[in-house]
Amino acid sequence: MSSQHTEELHHDEHHGEGMTRGRILKVAGILSAITAVEFFIALYLVPHDIMPLHIANPIYIVLTLFKAFYIVAFFMHLKFERIGLMLAIIVPIIFIIGLILVLTNESHYWIDIRG
Amino acid sequence: MSAQVSSIDELKTTPWSGGKSPFNVEYGKMMMWFFLLSDAFTFSSLLIAYGALRFSAHTWPMADLIFQSVPGMIDHGAPLVFVGIMTFILILSSVTMVLAVEAGHRNAKKEVVWWMIATVIGGFMFLGCQALEWSHLHHEGFWWGSIPHELGEYFKSEKDISAVSTQQFANLFFTITGFHGFHVFSGVVINIIITINVLAGTYEKRGSYLMIEKVGLYWHFVDLVWVFVFTFFYLV
Repeated sequence: MSSQHTEELHHDEHHGEGMTRGRILKVAGILSAITAVEFFIALYLVPHDIMPLHIANPIYIVLTLFKAFYIVAFFMHLKFERIGLMLAIIVPIIFIIGLILVLTNESHYWIDIRG
Repeated sequence: MSAQVSSIDELKTTPWSGGKSPFNVEYGKMMMWFFLLSDAFTFSSLLIAYGALRFSAHTWPMADLIFQSVPGMIDHGAPLVFVGIMTFILILSSVTMVLAVEAGHRNAKKEVVWWMIATVIGGFMFLGCQALEWSHLHHEGFWWGSIPHELGEYFKSEKDISAVSTQQFANLFFTITGFHGFHVFSGVVINIIITINVLAGTYEKRGSYLMIEKVGLYWHFVDLVWVFVFTFFYLV
């Protein structure tokens, strides 16, 4: 039983070949390109008043989330894992979103009492 | 006796009915994922605390006014250039790491070694840059609990100047990049140990380079955290 078990594990690891060299370089290119766009916004669009900060900031955050997705899905290989593992890692992130909501709310209260 | 099997004795093969792992990853790899999840909570707590303090402040020192220099080359007027170099170094070392994992899948020992060495070099370069950045800020007067006397150059206009905000910025900056740098340092040490193991043939004997994948997960996570630190400290 146990030898069959490890054999199966071993076999399934090979579906890890979803990450070929070409794909790795493609993801690396995407990550570098997103970073380059961020720099373009930070060093050119914002200082030259082409894009105001309140528009640039949400764009930075969206681009960061894109980068996070590519790192976790492809470099960390989560996209090719079983759905069980994916959910076990991704669902708890809800707690982080909860903490963000709680503390942004709290900080608005702080700024009020500080006057 | 007939070969009839009652439904209760039927062999169940679905992932959640026992007999095999529903996650279908090796134990150590699964535990690495769960460790990284807990580490993600730690980092997000720090970053969210930073966000809350920043939101509750009327003014905040401008990142592109604080980070203006490339140590040893440009003293002023090059906003975000140095941190850009650091970011690309870390992304590149993540790429060499994933190439090491890929070589490990093909059991190509020599390639694994070279990509691991490249990753370690990338890690050291990042740590060196961070040391330069820290010492530069320290020379300007920033540290835990201390800020420069003259704050005018870090704010957009005179009326924005706030010593409290600057102090909060300094404390949070050194704490969060310090905690991240400590992770990078641990990652480099772990990568070196694993590289020595590869050279010693440990994983060749074991028949699988799965260990490279596990340290790879950790290393990518360090890169992932930097992506967020970079956005929230240097861009936003």
